[in-house]
Amino acid sequence: MFSDMLPLLTKALGETLYMVSVSMLIATVLGVPLGVLLHTTDKGGILASPTLNRVIGAVVNAIRSIPFIILMVAIIPFTRLLVGSAIGTTAAMVPLVIASVPFIGRQVETSLKEVPYGLVEAALSMGATPFDIIRKVLLPEAMPGIVAQLTTVVIALVGESAMAGAIGGGGLGDLAIRYGYQRFRPEVMLATVVILIALVQLVQFVGNRLAKSLNKK
Amino acid sequence: MIKLTRIEKTYDSPTGAVKALKGIDLTVKRGEIFGIIGLSGAGKSTLVRCINMLERPTAGQVMVDGEDLTAMNEKELRRVRKSIGMIFQHFNLLSSATVYDNVAFPLRLAKMPEEKIRDKVEPLLKLVGLADKAGQYPANLSGGQKQRVGIARALASDPKVLLCDEATSALDPQTTKSILELIRDINQKLSLTVVVITHEMQVIKDICDKVAVIDKGVIAEQGTVLEVFTNPKEAITKEFISVLLSNDLPTAFRGSVVSDIPTPGSFLLLRLIFLGEKADDPVIAGMIRACDIECTMLFGNLDQIKATPFGRVIVGLTGSETGIQAAFDYLATKDVKVEVIGYVQRHAASAD
Repeated sequence: MFSDMLPLLTKALGETLYMVSVSMLIATVLGVPLGVLLHTTDKGGILASPTLNRVIGAVVNAIRSIPFIILMVAIIPFTRLLVGSAIGTTAAMVPLVIASVPFIGRQVETSLKEVPYGLVEAALSMGATPFDIIRKVLLPEAMPGIVAQLTTVVIALVGESAMAGAIGGGGLGDLAIRYGYQRFRPEVMLATVVILIALVQLVQFVGNRLAKSLNKK
Repeated sequence: MIKLTRIEKTYDSPTGAVKALKGIDLTVKRGEIFGIIGLSGAGKSTLVRCINMLERPTAGQVMVDGEDLTAMNEKELRRVRKSIGMIFQHFNLLSSATVYDNVAFPLRLAKMPEEKIRDKVEPLLKLVGLADKAGQYPANLSGGQKQRVGIARALASDPKVLLCDEATSALDPQTTKSILELIRDINQKLSLTVVVITHEMQVIKDICDKVAVIDKGVIAEQGTVLEVFTNPKEAITKEFISVLLSNDLPTAFRGSVVSDIPTPGSFLLLRLIFLGEKADDPVIAGMIRACDIECTMLFGNLDQIKATPFGRVIVGLTGSETGIQAAFDYLATKDVKVEVIGYVQRHAASAD
């Protein structure tokens, strides 16, 4: 009974890794600029624009207040429009990305807030443009914090990707529910839980190491 | 070099508009070290930020090296700011960049090729005495070393003006001294115009040529440091100076009644101020010889304002009325500033 479990587990793990890594990549590419925008358009920021800031902030808050399982179902028409289907691993990535982008945005904003304004002022006094300041001051200075925050997002994604199993997204969550729960195979349930724990530990470990090596303070 | 005309700055705050600067006029000549001293909240940090337009004045004109900064847009300002270096109280170095990269920062902003940057950064690090720290991160440096990096960074783009915003306020007295020496050094070597913002009179006394005292958004008093030190007019100026130069009476007299007319057994206390080369003339010895009086030295101090010797003495005179008048006449012929404190009795049981 263990011999059939291994290929199931490796396939599910592969799907989870695929969902999490690709979603994370896309969400980071969109979320980091969103965080920069949230921070710089805020009052006293280098691109201060209170109206724009309020609009973006409201959208971010709206998406973040929807529980992932509801979001996933609610945007099914959009998912179908985007990837041609509402079920499967690729389809599951659409809600994963949509849920993660505002999350990353807020996390990045928090990290950028930690950069002392004096550094921005110093760069301005040297004739830096807002873009120079974002690229050469804000992001490098906030990088250890951003990496630590992104680690949290990856871990949240591992959890959400398990929920995505509910719409046929595949992965470890899907496996645990279909085999472990519906087919009464506690050993499959246990194995997926162990793998998920190990995965989260590994992500946290790598994230911590990376954040630490970047921190020169 | 720098000319500020009727600078005003008003901030909006929840409790209404706050006037931080109320019409400041200031001229700084080329090559000068100009000090601006004020208490916290006096508006001095706002004022220095108006010089490079980090704060845009609400009204007035800022001219630097013949260019009107108040008429410029952001793009033109970015160009001009490269010729105005600035250092800060909290150094404001990038913690994620090495000493070398921090100094190279303004040059990379200007898109200078890396070889040229190296030719520029290495001598600068040598100038500030940190050639061996190029690869270190700021976290591994002391406060004084961080400020040296700040200075090297500010000098990297060959500025004509250096603005120092409380540059030594976070440093201990020894380090303050060495940083001030460095600033004076580069002022002379590079004939740089320097504006120093501080709340410490010591800083003004050690390196400045001119000083402006700012209080509640207006300039209370300004002039050469010598003038202001030896002849302060405003109460706020006297207060700043009193930190360095105590105006208390010598302990044997402290607490006694000061009277305008002689009382039996009292001393006439005079404060004599000597300036420049005259500070070492034997004025007091001459006075005793020329007049029929007794003279007791109660307090004496010889100091320097930038490079000028500056002596302060309190003497107690006793003698006949004519003798004392003769002493006044004698002192009037000498290059000494005389302040009459008054007739004071020595304590009956004095500890010293």
